[in-house]
Amino acid sequence: MSVTAPQPGFFDQPLHKEEKIWIALAFVWCIFITVAMPWWHIAGNQNSSSEFYKISGEHFSTIVDDFIAKNKTGEEAGIPVVSPPPGSDIFLRGQQWAWDPILDLKVNETYRLHLSSIDVLHGMSIHPINMNFEAVPGWDYVLTITPTTSGDFRIICNEFCGVDHHNMIGKIIVK
Amino acid sequence: MAAKSEKFRTCPTTGFKIHGPAETLIQINAVTAIVFLLVGGIIGLALALTRWQAIHLLNDTLFYRLLSLHGIAMLVAWIIFFEMAILYFASAVVLSARLAVPWLGWLQYLLMLVGGAIVAVQILLGNADVMFTSYVPLQAHHLYYLGIILFAVGAILGCVVFFATVVAAKTEGAHTGYLPLVTFGAAAAAIIAIGTLSHGAIVFIPTWLWAAGLVPMMDVEVYRLIFWGFGHSSQQINVCAMVAVWYLLGTLTVGSVPLNEKVCRSAFVLYILFINIASEHHLLVDPGLSAAHKTWNTGYFMHLAVLASMIHAFSIPAAVEVALRKKGYTKGAFEWLKKAPWGNPGWSALVLSLIGFGFLGGITGVVYGTEQINIIAHNNLRIPGHFHATVVCGTTLAFMGITYYVLPLIFRREVAFPQLAKIQPYLFGIGMMVFSTAMMFAGGFGVSRRSWDMNGVESAFAVDFGPVVDIALAIMGIGALVGAIGGALYCVIAVATLLIGKKINA
Repeated sequence: MSVTAPQPGFFDQPLHKEEKIWIALAFVWCIFITVAMPWWHIAGNQNSSSEFYKISGEHFSTIVDDFIAKNKTGEEAGIPVVSPPPGSDIFLRGQQWAWDPILDLKVNETYRLHLSSIDVLHGMSIHPINMNFEAVPGWDYVLTITPTTSGDFRIICNEFCGVDHHNMIGKIIVK
Repeated sequence: MAAKSEKFRTCPTTGFKIHGPAETLIQINAVTAIVFLLVGGIIGLALALTRWQAIHLLNDTLFYRLLSLHGIAMLVAWIIFFEMAILYFASAVVLSARLAVPWLGWLQYLLMLVGGAIVAVQILLGNADVMFTSYVPLQAHHLYYLGIILFAVGAILGCVVFFATVVAAKTEGAHTGYLPLVTFGAAAAAIIAIGTLSHGAIVFIPTWLWAAGLVPMMDVEVYRLIFWGFGHSSQQINVCAMVAVWYLLGTLTVGSVPLNEKVCRSAFVLYILFINIASEHHLLVDPGLSAAHKTWNTGYFMHLAVLASMIHAFSIPAAVEVALRKKGYTKGAFEWLKKAPWGNPGWSALVLSLIGFGFLGGITGVVYGTEQINIIAHNNLRIPGHFHATVVCGTTLAFMGITYYVLPLIFRREVAFPQLAKIQPYLFGIGMMVFSTAMMFAGGFGVSRRSWDMNGVESAFAVDFGPVVDIALAIMGIGALVGAIGGALYCVIAVATLLIGKKINA
């Protein structure tokens, strides 16, 4: 009974064969999925990044403003559109309740995307490919990205950031 | 000692000697838990009907405010109050011992009640629209954090009373030999509780002082790391308590005996050792820690905790099969399953809880916790889909099942509306399974969690998820409705039993 004390010596009671097999299988499977994670980190193409730096919100904002000034090619809904050269460092700033700038990227080119927030925590969810990373105040998160499909993408904030959270939607254009 | 022994009564059904103060504390914690379940449940339904796009019930401010309250009322208040009742039951009642230091038990209750009330009031006043996670720098009123701290301290005291009771039972001779498995599982829950609640203290005390303007804010990533040492590890308290209840329900419903006590107990130890570090999976798509660090901690460590669940996943069904076969249901491979007491809400709750927790909640949790898949699961509806399967379909349903035994054993009343009780676990369990599955399905398309309007109609850039997602969210809403009917029935049956249930005389 599970509500009475087990018999003394219960610890030496051998396992049933079926239970032994089950535990062995489960253990082997646990080892397999444990190994699969680092293996896929090496073999796969989509990983979370290990490159990040501490940065103050003001500093990050200055860099983003410079980036916009240098690469601005237009404006949409009051938000600047930038067309940075392929291979360059690009920046995305999250703040209550907007993402800026709008990034105009070239398909199959690689960029170093710097992601941060200058106020509270935000989440960058790229729609419709459903890729999600955190935009953390105080941290510059560097993601090396290569857009492989062209089109209009949305950046949806997926970390609750205040009452207008659901309206914090930005845009990425890939041509 | 004569005066003390008068406080005991002997349960005619189980033969347990039940200590008066233990009984009172179990009753009051369980009743408070159910009140919070009722409040959180009504809110939960309103939230689901808001995310069901065609209905979109609440406005944005109310949605976020009530979402904060829903998390606190359910994940914190309902579950932890009920777990306090389980801790006192698994120690004093199961060991037929006196509850050590009853005043400390009362202090546990008062601190948790006052803390919970402060938090609820602050949220309702609009001072704490920060969600359950309350990530800095989003700031709530400092009393909100104080309320959480008081609640956590109360819960720690409950664990202290549990251990003191076990020690007293051993030293005073009320219990001899090893601890029963249910008590062992509860002890594992209490050990994890003390560890995780300490993380809560480490993260919430500085945050409280920060909100009061006394100290600078801690780093956001440090907050997130330590918060999840509390926020996710504390879910393992629920897992341990739930598994202990599964073993208890197996025994109460069909008289099952654990197949191998060594294996069952080792599995609980695995939970204690490995779940804490695995909580780092919340940071898989965050800056601050290297991918190697995160992969190691969420790989090896998490999967050893998962192994524990895999062990129980065999051990419990096998134990009830053996018990039912011993009753003579030996024809073919499945006669035992066919002849199982499907009309007993304790049994149906056990089975549905096992399925919901294991297949929907557990497996998706392991999958979403891998590095690459987390990129396509983080903070979308896959995550609340996963944890509604574990915490609602799993833990809550198991606690509902045990209630049908607690009512006659501890409250000494016959369960009211037995016909409704028969169908209650099915409505709740199946409703929540549909709800969780539809939620995870919508999450697969990238629909965010904690968002009042996924289409961004008021924003500069509208988002179109397509009709498939609308249908998924409608199915989610229907699941929520069915589950809410089941949840409401549970509250009605419990309250009616207390008020008008036929008294059982010893």
